[in-house]
Amino acid sequence: MSLLHTIETGLRSLLGHRLRSVLTTLGILFGVAAVIATVGIGQASSDSVTARITSLGTNLLTISAGSTVTSGVFGGAGSATTLSMADVAGLQDRQSAPDIVAVAPVSQGRLSLVSASSNWSTTVSGSTEGWLVTNTRTINSGTFINANDVATRAQVIVLGSTTAANLGAGVGDIVMVRQIPFQVIGVLAASGGQGFGNPDDLGVVPITTAQDELFGGSGSVQRILLSATSASTIGSAYLEANQILLQTHHIQDPSQADFTITTQTQVLSTAQAVTQTLTILLASVAAISLLVGGIGVMNIMLVSVTERTSEIGLRKALGATPVDLFRQFVIEAAMLTAVGGLLGVGTGLAVGYVVPRAANIAVTITPLPVLVAVGVAVAVGLVFGVYPALRAARLAPIEALRAQ
Amino acid sequence: METDDLIRLESITKIYGTGDAMVAALRDFSLTVASGESLAVMGPSGSGKSTLMNILGCLDTPSSGRYWFAGQDVSRLNETELAHVRNRRIGFVFQQFQLLSKLSAWRNVELPLLYRSVGDRRRLALQALEQVGLSDRINHRPGQLSGGQQQRVAIARALVTDPGLILADEPTGNLDTASSRDVLAVLRELNEQGRTIIIITHDPEVAPVAKRTVHVRDGQLVDQVAA
Repeated sequence: MSLLHTIETGLRSLLGHRLRSVLTTLGILFGVAAVIATVGIGQASSDSVTARITSLGTNLLTISAGSTVTSGVFGGAGSATTLSMADVAGLQDRQSAPDIVAVAPVSQGRLSLVSASSNWSTTVSGSTEGWLVTNTRTINSGTFINANDVATRAQVIVLGSTTAANLGAGVGDIVMVRQIPFQVIGVLAASGGQGFGNPDDLGVVPITTAQDELFGGSGSVQRILLSATSASTIGSAYLEANQILLQTHHIQDPSQADFTITTQTQVLSTAQAVTQTLTILLASVAAISLLVGGIGVMNIMLVSVTERTSEIGLRKALGATPVDLFRQFVIEAAMLTAVGGLLGVGTGLAVGYVVPRAANIAVTITPLPVLVAVGVAVAVGLVFGVYPALRAARLAPIEALRAQ
Repeated sequence: METDDLIRLESITKIYGTGDAMVAALRDFSLTVASGESLAVMGPSGSGKSTLMNILGCLDTPSSGRYWFAGQDVSRLNETELAHVRNRRIGFVFQQFQLLSKLSAWRNVELPLLYRSVGDRRRLALQALEQVGLSDRINHRPGQLSGGQQQRVAIARALVTDPGLILADEPTGNLDTASSRDVLAVLRELNEQGRTIIIITHDPEVAPVAKRTVHVRDGQLVDQVAA
């Protein structure tokens, strides 16, 4: 039987059971659409994380205090010699750290800010003038914290643009933090980020003021941010910082270091690994629904073979070979999944268009997952069509004819 | 072909089941049918005539013995080769008509032609329908036709491949007397045009349509009666 006729016969049979065909197709449709949509969402969040991290500058290094590990036993938080302002001073030494251009200690916490007209909870960081350079930010109005503010424990604060807007506060206004008045001396330029962890929602105060008035912890800092002179000197900046800290912390064995230095590249690859894992997880769930759709196809094809037993017997009597019948049923299954797959692509693309507009979730659709989803859908149809088709091909013509 | 025989069954035995459940449906059965002959095979149910029909129609193969069809030994062919023999050389007429209800009359008649490469299937199908007197019903579906008309469509389907043998299994079993007469008249006419026809039946009214009648009992040929 020619391929054209096989397809025609298949179409006629599928259209003869319209509701059944549509329901079976739906299973594949949703599977394919789910794969495309979830991979699209995963791709978009991965892109956005990558963009946000690279916007921080690739020559940024972050030093965090780590707990000491002695003979495999974690000493726990606080057991480590925390980072201190002495470390900051050491790292600022241009002699021993020629490749470090800026240093900024950071101690931060979530605090409530109260302005004359409003109040707003945000992340307040204690830092120094190096914060602006290491975070690659600029000031929009007013000034940033300077060395004098740090030295005099000045009660001044610089706000992110979102924070300033929410508080209805501008340069010169007073904002209360823990009942202590802080004067707003500057507002940062918007960095254009969005979603959770908005980089425009924050406040920065002098590190000394933060330690004394807000967080306590006399002279200790949570993190130290470093800027290398350029992206190419990041390696030597890393080595210099490591050397200086090992010396100031009196540590002989580098494996016993009580601090961790991470570069943006490391952060980037970690974040990418995380989003990739999430994407794979979501796509796997979607793939399972595709598999369930495939089982639906097999089920319907088995029903079809059983219902059409006498037709199969007749066709055999009239000269259809086992190969003819095998091909007939496999092609019917493949048509069901191909149609479901194509409609699934349409649905997936529609989801990719609607969701970002309706729910503020970015979706990035690339050709590869679309092609893979359709390919898998058709493969599912062929694989799950094989068993019913074999049943049809193997039916003995006499017995099949007798079935009514 | 050395003789004019279309069909030669030589000591055909067909055994179903194994062990204690073993049943010989046909035992050492021999039969010869000449080309252009018309033959009625009669016998009560359980006599083995259905098995005989399956073997004659190449729907089943014998357990032992040989079946020569148009000079070819078809008793040892595989399923695909048997399908080709059925498609090219045998036209079937069944008791239940076996028409596909979703297809029009001419689409039903066209079916066997789909399993071989033939152009112009519609013209051949319409010719076959004309031969059974149904030219005015080509687009009717089986449900829109009477039983007799349905069986004539089935006969057209058997004719369309121009087969050497038309094998009719109880062709009037589901028909009233008038329709039966119609269908039998068509079969007789086809035989007069030179086609070999074998009718399997238990109905003594049907047998006289054939020029020769054989009786089957307990899987064996009982006697041969020339009409």
